[in-house]
Amino acid sequence: MSARTLFDKLWDSHQVAAESESTPGVLYIDLHMVHEVTSPQAFDELRSRGLKVRRPDRTLATLDHSTPTLPPGADGKRPYFTKEAEAQVAKLEANVQEFGIDLMGWDSPHRGVVHVAGPEVGATQPGMTIVCGDSHTATHGAFGALAFGIGTTEVGHVLATQCLLQRKPKSFAIHVDGQLQVGVTAKDLILHIIGKIGIAGGTGYVLEYTGEAVRALSMEERMTVCNMSIEAGARAGLVAPDETTFAWLKGRERAPQGAAWDEAVATWRTLTTDEGATYDREVRIDASTIQPSVTYGTHPGMVVPIHAPVPAAADALEQRALDYMKVTAGKPIAGEAVDVVFIGSCTNGRLSDLRAAAEILRGRHVAEGVRMLVVPGSEQVRREAESEGLHEVFLNAGAEWRQPGCSMCIAMNGDMAQPGQLVVATSNRNFEGRQGKGARTVLASPLVAAASAVAGRVADPREYLNQEVAA
Amino acid sequence: MSTATRPLTYVHSRTAVLRDENIDTDRIIPARFLTTTERTGLGKHAFEDWRYAADGSDNPSFPLNQPQARGCSILVAGRNFGCGSSREHAPWALLDYGINAVISNEIADIFRGNALKNGLLAIVLTDAEHRWLLDNPGIELRIDIASSSIRLPDGGSIHFELESFARHCLLNGVDQMGFLLQQDDAITAYEHRTEKAA
Repeated sequence: MSARTLFDKLWDSHQVAAESESTPGVLYIDLHMVHEVTSPQAFDELRSRGLKVRRPDRTLATLDHSTPTLPPGADGKRPYFTKEAEAQVAKLEANVQEFGIDLMGWDSPHRGVVHVAGPEVGATQPGMTIVCGDSHTATHGAFGALAFGIGTTEVGHVLATQCLLQRKPKSFAIHVDGQLQVGVTAKDLILHIIGKIGIAGGTGYVLEYTGEAVRALSMEERMTVCNMSIEAGARAGLVAPDETTFAWLKGRERAPQGAAWDEAVATWRTLTTDEGATYDREVRIDASTIQPSVTYGTHPGMVVPIHAPVPAAADALEQRALDYMKVTAGKPIAGEAVDVVFIGSCTNGRLSDLRAAAEILRGRHVAEGVRMLVVPGSEQVRREAESEGLHEVFLNAGAEWRQPGCSMCIAMNGDMAQPGQLVVATSNRNFEGRQGKGARTVLASPLVAAASAVAGRVADPREYLNQEVAA
Repeated sequence: MSTATRPLTYVHSRTAVLRDENIDTDRIIPARFLTTTERTGLGKHAFEDWRYAADGSDNPSFPLNQPQARGCSILVAGRNFGCGSSREHAPWALLDYGINAVISNEIADIFRGNALKNGLLAIVLTDAEHRWLLDNPGIELRIDIASSSIRLPDGGSIHFELESFARHCLLNGVDQMGFLLQQDDAITAYEHRTEKAA
């Protein structure tokens, strides 16, 4: 067989029926993750047709988008933002009962943001196809799984048949050479990549991140990178599995155990792009030149190094984005006054992200007038952070320590910014109104977010990392 | 309720134009309206934060609020329409608002797939064709699905690419769930061949 890319191998091994001129291929899905927002209409569809879920054992649900991040009140009731949010969660709880699906629900020690919780329990494994009614499903590609977001009609298709009708996308290699500097994170890397290829640069492609700098990333960092593939227009992003992947997965609840583990690892080692395989498109990036990066506009491709001047608007539409953000061309984002800092989300809500933020906040205090929310990505992240005392670092610094959920990334659950407020957020989208009507979002790493909380203005974390503080 | 759509052979309307590029799914339907568990009723919230003024009245500077844009079912939009999330609420909201076709020179992948599955035409044209449509709002177009062509008022026409299966499904009201369910034997065979059977 001719040389194949990792993507080719994943695609080929999941073909139930090959595509033809007249019909797309039938692609088998190994793992379907489900949450409350994009699934109710799909379950209704199954019910109206008298269908069952074909593979409940390959379906895993969680509650994350509409869920409050404040604990239940004295009356034991959870403080849902609206009755509709509460009803939506209740509907998923009823649907999983009726259709026999596992739910990482309110009483589960594993509940969390779908793309944090899934990998954590070992459900996400190399070589799989993984879908969810959520565009950040690309996250799971960090394990060498072909993972992408789907709409609710397709959620219904997978529930009923475990398959999707798909035409094969093209492949796009992002080679990242060199090493990231101190204070420069995986978040800065992916923001830089999106800035370079543009927010539609990956449309029609599956990205594969390769090269020395990618190999050096931890699993959590790889998840941050793959997570934002969709912000470059690509439905999926991949990193070939390696020893880092296997070490991270080993022993997790849903990962293979014993002899099955050894067998699985042997198979996973074959999941690399063959020597001589070709991609439809390639770019090369030097990691050593990347600076802490921030967005300045209203989409994730409008990104600059933190001290670099905001570029002049190329046209009236770009000027509109600068006006919405109340930023000035020619001035850097560093120094902009900050109202809110949000640390969390499927992009940067994992333990290592919280540790990074705590490193800056330890012994320091959030600036007066700044509201800071720290929202762990899952119950497991919350437990681990609390066992290390990170929550005390955040609370002592004057930040709010919340329960897991999507929270202010999508602002569906009542966690939102007020009109005009500037939010430095570790999440993934800075669209107009994304974090609340009129809210202005600056996307950044957990280090930049924490430094900005302390400074009360957008700040370079390197100003704090080398500084001793009185504990 | 079934997603099987009625056969759609053409869309005939004047065009309304939103020149903005990168109109994302949060702008099409803000996330706070995603707590619905229905597919219907989202039209009144389409473009909510753009379309209404703070007091709830129509924002006169929103192009689709202009008198000449009212009743148009073909939307010509700037590059990269529908980027962002996978929420199918975006095409549901547009259809409920009265839009039956979106034309751009680039449309985000997930949005495009979702749109076509719901009978919302998502058409990508060349930069030149697209620019001409952006610059000539309000012209009458007839989009013919069988021939994948758009008839212009002067009798000329523009060809567009439409994935063959999507075209077949639109023209015949084919229900893709039904199509997949018919693959049951092949799916079972795959599960056995790959040791993925339950």
